[in-house]
Amino acid sequence: MAQPLNYLKESPSQTAGPYVHIGCTPNFAGIHGVYDHDLGSGPMASDKTRGERITIRGFVHDGAGMPLKDALVEIWQADADGLYNSPSETRGSADPNFFGWGRCPGDMATGEFVFETIKPGRVPFRDGRLMAPHISFWVVARGINIGLNTRMYFSDEEAANAEDPILSRIEHRVRVPTLIGQREGDTVTFNIHLQGEKETVFFDV
Amino acid sequence: MVYGRVLDERGRGVPGALVEFWQANAGGRYRHKKETYLAPLDPNFGGFGRTITDEEGNYAFRTVKPGPYPWPNGVNDWRPAHIHFSVFGHGFSQRLITQMYFEGDPMIWICPIVKTIPDEQAIRSLIAALDMNATIPHDLRAYKFDIVLRGRRSTLFENRPEGN
Ligand SMILES: [Fe+2]
Repeated sequence: MAQPLNYLKESPSQTAGPYVHIGCTPNFAGIHGVYDHDLGSGPMASDKTRGERITIRGFVHDGAGMPLKDALVEIWQADADGLYNSPSETRGSADPNFFGWGRCPGDMATGEFVFETIKPGRVPFRDGRLMAPHISFWVVARGINIGLNTRMYFSDEEAANAEDPILSRIEHRVRVPTLIGQREGDTVTFNIHLQGEKETVFFDV
Repeated sequence: MVYGRVLDERGRGVPGALVEFWQANAGGRYRHKKETYLAPLDPNFGGFGRTITDEEGNYAFRTVKPGPYPWPNGVNDWRPAHIHFSVFGHGFSQRLITQMYFEGDPMIWICPIVKTIPDEQAIRSLIAALDMNATIPHDLRAYKFDIVLRGRRSTLFENRPEGN
């Protein structure tokens, strides 16, 4: 017998359930007076934030193509120079006026999520190659057991997308467009499909 | 009281992790407009909270034990008493959504949502232990619930919505 490694196993995930808003966005759930604002809500960029303003809009669709009404979507991204506002960022210090994390519940009537943010700069992959500008997404909802991770790239970054080390290793090339947000003016549309023909590529990060 | 540590896979505490929790009241009722269970709301119970772990990864909160409640799934499905947790360590590789159960509850083992976890050992890792040492006499009982987040993986795999 060798020595035991004694690594701990990640706690298993359980569904967010239908009442995730109570815990994560209480004001949105109509519970006021406990916290003055919901974490991650509102515009992610202030007047002082560097970078190009964009608005991301989209829906989380189920296998039948219907938008979910109770999904919770979070995003995490680098600043305009490609630096993360995180203690684990080692390449420099990020824009102090940009946190880079946002949380938005789908609209209770339509299911739409909206983020007002900036377009991130390029971040190097582990091997030093630059990745195309992208934003990490995390989605939970009733009926999904785990938090789903995916990424949104930008349709106006064709050249950078073509050489992106993550996009280029997706085996089923027809699924690459599921990761591209469609930009028109300052609005980027990004729809997430949990299942079906247009199923988004999800990652084990 | 529920208390514990947020740990990584090497057993190190994760400091500065955001821990959010929400639950039904003692009667099994959530404070939510879409909730239809006949149990009454408790005017003195909010049902949610949030905190940040300390330098060693510790967190604690004071609450009431939630009641079990029925849900529209099969003809007679009930959720065991549970508290929902959302935990955010350093980046989305340490982002976890889960639920905590209570030691000794027979309903854990007949719950369809618990059964989505295939491995009994893994289910046990979501069951908080009654810790009489941490109890405050004449005031509250204590349950200890540690949460393990993963470290950073070296590769980015494709995933499936059903989990892996
Ligand atoms: Fe619940």
